[in-house]
Amino acid sequence: MSEKLLEVQDLRVTFPTHRGDIDVVKGISFDLGRERLAIVGESGSGKSMTGRSILRLIRSPGRVTATKLKFDNIDLLDQSEKQMRALRGARISMVMQDPKYSLNPVLTIGEQIGEALRTHQNLPRKQVHDRVIDMLDQVRINDPDRVAKLYPHEVSGGMGQRIMIAMMLIPEPDLLIADEPTSALDVSVQAQVLDLIDGLIQQKGMGLIIISHDLNLVANYADRVLVMNAGEIVEECDASALKDAQHPYTKGLLAAVPRIDETREELPTLDRSQWDAT
Amino acid sequence: MLAYFAKRIGMMVVTLFLIITLTFFLMHAIPGGPFTSEKMLAPEIEEALNAKYGLNDPLWVQYLNYLKGIITLDLGPSFKYPGIRVNDLILDGLPVTAKTGFLALLCVAALGIPLGILAALNQNKWQDTAVMMLATVGVAIPSYVVATVALYIFALQLNLVPTFGLDDWRGYILPVAALSGFWLSFIARLSRSSLLEVLGQDYIVTAKAKGLHPLSILFKHGLRNALIPIVTVLGPVVANLLTGSFVIEQIFALPGIGRHFVLSISNRDYTTIMGITIFYAAFLMVMILIVDILYMLLDPRIKLADRNK
Amino acid sequence: MTAIDLKDLTISYSSVPVVHGANFSVADGESFALVGESGSGKSTILKAISGLNDEWTGEIKLFGEKIDPKNRTDISRITQMVFQDPYGSLHPRKTVDTILNEPLAIHGIKDDGTRVLEMLSAVGLDKRYRFRYPHQMSGGQRQRVAIARALMIKPKLLLLDEPTSALDVSVQAEILNLLKKLRKEQNLTFLLVTHDLPVASFLCDRLAVMKGGEIVEIASREQMTKGELKAEYSNELLGVHAQKLGA
Repeated sequence: MSEKLLEVQDLRVTFPTHRGDIDVVKGISFDLGRERLAIVGESGSGKSMTGRSILRLIRSPGRVTATKLKFDNIDLLDQSEKQMRALRGARISMVMQDPKYSLNPVLTIGEQIGEALRTHQNLPRKQVHDRVIDMLDQVRINDPDRVAKLYPHEVSGGMGQRIMIAMMLIPEPDLLIADEPTSALDVSVQAQVLDLIDGLIQQKGMGLIIISHDLNLVANYADRVLVMNAGEIVEECDASALKDAQHPYTKGLLAAVPRIDETREELPTLDRSQWDAT
Repeated sequence: MLAYFAKRIGMMVVTLFLIITLTFFLMHAIPGGPFTSEKMLAPEIEEALNAKYGLNDPLWVQYLNYLKGIITLDLGPSFKYPGIRVNDLILDGLPVTAKTGFLALLCVAALGIPLGILAALNQNKWQDTAVMMLATVGVAIPSYVVATVALYIFALQLNLVPTFGLDDWRGYILPVAALSGFWLSFIARLSRSSLLEVLGQDYIVTAKAKGLHPLSILFKHGLRNALIPIVTVLGPVVANLLTGSFVIEQIFALPGIGRHFVLSISNRDYTTIMGITIFYAAFLMVMILIVDILYMLLDPRIKLADRNK
Repeated sequence: MTAIDLKDLTISYSSVPVVHGANFSVADGESFALVGESGSGKSTILKAISGLNDEWTGEIKLFGEKIDPKNRTDISRITQMVFQDPYGSLHPRKTVDTILNEPLAIHGIKDDGTRVLEMLSAVGLDKRYRFRYPHQMSGGQRQRVAIARALMIKPKLLLLDEPTSALDVSVQAEILNLLKKLRKEQNLTFLLVTHDLPVASFLCDRLAVMKGGEIVEIASREQMTKGELKAEYSNELLGVHAQKLGA
């Protein structure tokens, strides 16, 4: 396996509109090893589209183009739909924002997790069941036998997200894309879920792309941070160096968040004209 | 669960009782009797007939007698056809009505849903446009117009199918098509929009991210969710196929229950009107119960038993 | 004078009590926050005060007047509500002008349009937005419209239900600044529901921490910022925030 898990060069996601094509991701480039990369930005920054384009899950009529989009030396843009299906879930997985919507309401939790495994490995029923129970146990769910028989509406948001993680990690992928994995959860549960992802990623030696709007949150759970605005990467830095960020957009975002011991009478707001003009 | 069904069936009995009572007293509130007609009967004969059928008893005695009959599943004698009981009229027409109704329902489900899926999967392509155009026509034109025009073209002009009767399978084609046309179009439209909505949900993206085959995504994740609203309307669809059959049976001269019902009204055949009304009401309630059970099987979020807590 | 006075307020949904005996009062002109996680009952209290839920026992007094859950009209003149989701709370087929005029029509107030312009400028929207539809505006602009609508009939009390949690942080900062400015200018009383302690810290003077339908602690902003909250659960919530900030 090469050193680089993912290589992205000049990635573009384009949507046709009646006023011509619009790029929502405007030619971004980055590399990823077996490390934790955060992509941060506000709504419309293109961060989620970047995540989905790696799995080639942009719905038509959207288009993905790049001079290079390689995962483990496999050219993703060159793969047939069938070859992509063999990669999705098995080698690259994705956790989405809200388990209330991202789990199928009419299938049991056990069925949905088992399906993720059975799609990629031909295993006897008993073994699938054992792996599902073991995986639920790994995401720290008590009484996994009972939970496997429940439907998604019967569990809390935090538990739903741990189930989602179990489902996405059971085929043992190499890369996990977590798209706002905690923004639908209560604050006290957010840390639990992030700790869980972090632990499993490190333990299994995977790569992680965590997509979020919350700069402070990702600083703790990533090695490197890409800050995106309007389809472009405006800043790239080590997570530990986020406080010394250079770009006015990154600085503005950091300053705009209120603090517990807030003393400012007014919060600084972004003056978008500073860099939009360039 | 059992308690829920016991309760539901209890409610059905109460509803049925109310319908019986209401139809009975409404029937008797109409001026004139079953034997008043254009040809004036001799007063003595009318008197004798009234006595024979117990029409001279006080209303509440008649009512109690009627109820007693219903408990023993006897809907009473027909006032118009001497010696024939309403039970016989219904049993006589039932095979025809049930057969056309069932075939129509089958058409609605077995054609309407796949057409909707076809349209949804090819959104904004020619397949979608074609299905939606047909469906719009089907919803817009009333079934009796379709029936009459089809009868004229296929039976009279082209001689492909018989103009009336059900002597062989070809006789069913036009009545079933006319009966199911509207609801087939309706269900096709509903299936399309329901499936499109489901395919836009996050859990479909999840299924794709898991690397599932498109067919598995469509059937296991898509359709099972998309069917929920379709099943909900199937109850009313059955009801409307029934009422639709009154008209269709007239046009195609089919010997079904609907024809008896229409005739019984112009004949003032009280017991037949009441009998068929009650029969249909009971049938509908059973259908709605079945739909609710299906609904619960499809959607684990619905726990019928919980609603009564 | 007290703006809000709750005594032993118990609120239920379909006969299941979800808030148990809440007591607190908010002074006229004060800004008070109800903080807690989902299911803690914080929004339920807001709904009871605003009249969206009338299944309650106990006493609610607004500006000294007892509330009868069955007759709300007098109340809506002095209190208005701003909801979390600016996409769902504005009628998609009505222009900003129509949306803003509706509260006036409901309360039979005659106006020649000056109030609409006045409110648009108060919430920092240019007057060219007056005849736009909600879908032609960004999330932050819509929330400004929702705030302007709430202020049209000059209420004394604003009920704010997570007014910024659906917004991006940079937009959140703008809306929080706006709310703070408007409160000062119009001498408003705020009752804010939020799960976000820093937001409460920026906008409020006092707060009640809720858990499982009960108020576990009522404290001042200073007590929170100095880390002097008493209840174990309050500190748990604070700790989570501190951890998130990498402190």
